[in-house]
Formats: sequence, structure tokens, C-alpha cells
Amino acid sequence: MSGKANLKELIVISGKGGTGKTSLLGAFASLAKDKVLCDADVDAADLYLILEPEIKERQDFQEGHRAVIDREKCTECGLCRELCRFHAISPEFKVDPIDCEGCGVCVYFCPEDAIDFPIKTCGELFISETRCGPMVHARLGIAEDNSGKLVTLTRKHAKELATERGFDLILTDGPPGLACPVIASIAGATGVLIVTEPTLSGHHDMDRVVELAHHFEIPAYVCVNKFDLNPSMTDTIEAYAQDRGLPVMGRIPFDPSFTEAMVQKQTIIEYDGSSNAARAVKGIWERLISSL
Amino acid sequence: MIISIASGKGGTGKTTIATNLAVALAPDVKLLDCDVEEPNDHIFIRPEITHTERVSLKVPQVDMSKCSLCGRCQEICQFQAIVVVGKTALTFHELCHSCGGCVEVCPEDAITEIDREMGIFESGSRNGLEFGHARLFVGQVMAVPLIERVKADVEPDKLNIIDAPPGTSCPVISSVKNTDFVILVTEPTPFGLNDLRLAVGMVKILNIPHGIIINRSDLGDRKVEEYANEENIPILMEIPFSRQIAETYSQGKLLVEELPDWREKFIHLYEEIKDYVRKS
Repeated sequence: MSGKANLKELIVISGKGGTGKTSLLGAFASLAKDKVLCDADVDAADLYLILEPEIKERQDFQEGHRAVIDREKCTECGLCRELCRFHAISPEFKVDPIDCEGCGVCVYFCPEDAIDFPIKTCGELFISETRCGPMVHARLGIAEDNSGKLVTLTRKHAKELATERGFDLILTDGPPGLACPVIASIAGATGVLIVTEPTLSGHHDMDRVVELAHHFEIPAYVCVNKFDLNPSMTDTIEAYAQDRGLPVMGRIPFDPSFTEAMVQKQTIIEYDGSSNAARAVKGIWERLISSL
Repeated sequence: MIISIASGKGGTGKTTIATNLAVALAPDVKLLDCDVEEPNDHIFIRPEITHTERVSLKVPQVDMSKCSLCGRCQEICQFQAIVVVGKTALTFHELCHSCGGCVEVCPEDAITEIDREMGIFESGSRNGLEFGHARLFVGQVMAVPLIERVKADVEPDKLNIIDAPPGTSCPVISSVKNTDFVILVTEPTPFGLNDLRLAVGMVKILNIPHGIIINRSDLGDRKVEEYANEENIPILMEIPFSRQIAETYSQGKLLVEELPDWREKFIHLYEEIKDYVRKS
């Protein structure tokens, strides 16, 4: 199913973790009308803690395979151990489920046909209703792989849901980092909002994620959270963003209300809509939605 | 001994703990930054880099003059990284997991492996502290092979400190696997607690002794402490929120150098961890 022609998908990312992606996305959820919410941080999904979704539909996420040796049939010839590049097979011919890459080379070459290759259930996907609108979220099993594929599936369901409801906006909470799950989160998006903080680390990580957005030709916007913890670093980051042609959407002050709101399972807009932080977030949202 | 530092949630202070612990205990310490997607330790350590190495992954190359288009390579590949279309075999290197199956299965010996660069590994030192990290090239999907390169620099006779990326999936597992103790850094908020539970689940699967550090311990609520008590996980250290600490961090400076009280605290942290490792 393809989305509406004018369907817009905004992804909030950061490179560095803990800059406030989820708190900010929660605030946007309070401000935006007629949208689908999507939590693409499947490895450490937190948006549900604020929005308390009522789960309407759940499905298993099955992806990839894992080798299992049938000891009855195994003659311990050792070919599998020789071929396995991931050192996943022990001298006792047991497959370590964490090391097994699911490449199937051992399964293919075992002369005794002694290796099974069952499909794995790596996580769960949920379609829910929240007080801020419908939400698609997921949970990757602990120590599971294929997070990128679960991200892609989560976004696909969000698009279908938006089309079904006739909504033209999807707000997506992205994962930290730069590799597989982040790439799966931003590929083909309308725009990304990069949330950074005024630290050398925040600047360094933003730099890399800006390059990533550029690599995939996705328009990027920038905002600085907790800007007053180091105002001169904030200036440096904003100047850098402008140099790179990235529109700066605004700055948010450090405010313990964000944490207090989270503890109360509320967005900052719901918790204290007149606070400086909430006003800053509203300004960012208005500029962002008119830029998209 | 190998101590790894992890957290489900990002931005809780892994880098702060890893860099300060390493500097407090230097020399005879090796700090390895396994967050190859967003490495930050070097900002605080400012090492002199003495070794640089391009890290690559083996990917297939098909010699079409030998290929009989039998399609076995496509059949064995679980990652859709090699496909026979019409009169040619196409490879998609960014999807390749480097398992070598296609090379092994090809009856015509038409497939060889070439190197595909995915990142850069660097090592060096500062004031006797040895340092290693890697940087994934932007646009590259797989972090694990690069993390393994960083971990290959572990020196078993020394104290090794490994800074892991956030989360609980493959890059984190690969970073903390085979370490003797995991420090889980969290913050006392609902997000912090939720992601801490996931991280504890992960270290339990890996069966590694672990303890908790609560950062910005006076913001939020007391639920992380309650959880740690219920689960019998030791709380190793609490770091209160302070603008001074936040500013020190923001400038890429170390607590143990700017606020000398912290040096003792980090040395004590290490003594405590040694005790836990000995008892386990």
C-alpha cells in the first residue's frame, strides 16, 4: 500500500543518545493534529512510557534463521566448525545462538543433514491508540538482531495507518547512532530533526548524523536542547548548522520539568504548557511544520 | 581484567564513566571505545594517535567468464547479497555479512573475495594510558565487524576498559561479550529505568557480573534504586546533577582532572568492582 501523495514523515534523530529526542517527540505529539506516531527506536523504545498506548493489535516479528545441530544425526565431522566464520559452533558441536549470524553455511554443507534452520521470532510489533492519536511501536527481543528490518516494518505500518485514517503526517522517534537502525529509520523520510546538546560530544555526533542525512539526501533541521548549559557551544553549533545550510529551528533551555513531566507520564506541554521550555518547544514545532 | 560500560538508554554518562575511570587508574590501563557509530572518548582523552588502519570486510566478486549462472550462490545467501539476473550475477556488497557461503558453494570457482572498507581503527596513548577506537564510515550499515577489530586490541594482562554503544542489540552484545564485569549507567527516570531493565536482561543472558551507576541521581524518582534492591544489583556510584559537572563535560574535560575529589571516587569504584569479580 502506498501512502497519500502528500504524506509527510518527520524523524527525530540525534546521533548521540540522551539529547531529548523522545521528550521532544512526545511534546510534538501533544501539539500536532491528525498524525500517526511511530517509535522507531525498537532497541530501547520509550515513547510508550509517556503516551501509555492501549494496544489494539500485536504481531510477532519473525526474521532470519538460527542453526540448531541435531546431536542424534551429527557425526562430529567438524566441517561446520571449519566453515563457520562467526566461531558460533563449540568443540562440543553446540551452536551459540548469540554468535550465530544465521548465514546457513553450516546447514547447507552438513553431509549428514544434521542442522536445522528454524526461523527466529526477534520481537513484537504493536498498533495502538493513545490520547495523542494512533501509534505504531515495537519491541526487539533482548540480545536479538535484525533491528533495521523491524524499524522498516514499523514505519511501513505507520504509513498504512496514516493512509487508512486519511492523515498526512507521521511523527517518528528515531534511534541513536549512525548505522543499521538509524539508516532504516531515515531512508525515504520527508525530513529529519536533529536534536543536539551544547557539548563537544553532541557537536561531534551531530556532525556525523548531518553527514548521514546528506548522504541519503534527506532535508535536515537542527535544534539545541539544554542550550543554557553551555551558551557559547550552542552558538558554535548553530553557526556550524547555518554554514552547512541546515535551518536552525530553535533552542530549548535546560528544565527539570522535562524529567518531572516524564515521571508523571505527561508531555512537557501537558505538564506545564506555560513554562519556558514548553514555549520553546512550541516555537520549534511551528517553524518545523511550516518548513516541512 | 576487562570492564565494560553499557546502558540501555543513550546519554546517561557511559563516556563520562569510561574516560574518568581510565584516567584515574592510568597508567597500565587500556581504554577501548567500541561505540564506533558515535565515538566520543577521544574528545576527553585527546590521545596521540600512533597507529591508523583501514578496516574492511570480505565481499564477493564474480568472474563472469567462469560463472555458469547455476544460481547456487543466490540459493545459499541468506542476505540477498548476490542474485543471478539474466546472464549476470549481481552482488550487493552493503547487504553482505561476509559468511563466505557463495565462495564455498560455487562449483566453477568463479567467486573470489575482495575487501570492502567500512571504517577506520586508530590507537595511541596519552600519559601512559593506552587508547583505541574506530569510526564507522557514514552510510555503512554494519557496526559489529568494526567493534570486533577494536576488541582485538584487548590486552589480557592489563586492565581494559570498554565503552559500549547504547541499546541492547548486536553492537552492544559484541562490545560487552567476554568482559569480566559490566557497569550499567542509568538515570533515575522512567526512560532510564525502562532501558536499564533491558540492559540487565542482556547481561543476564550473557551471564556477566554487573553493577549500576546512577547519574544525575537527584533528578527524577527513586524507582531505579528500588529496582536495584529488588534485583540485588549493587549500586556502585551515584553522581548528582551539577552545573559544574555538566559544564566540565560539555567542554570535553574530565572530572578527575577538574574536580580532584572524583579521582578517589573512581579509584574506589575500581576496588569495589575487583571485589565483585573476585567473588563471582
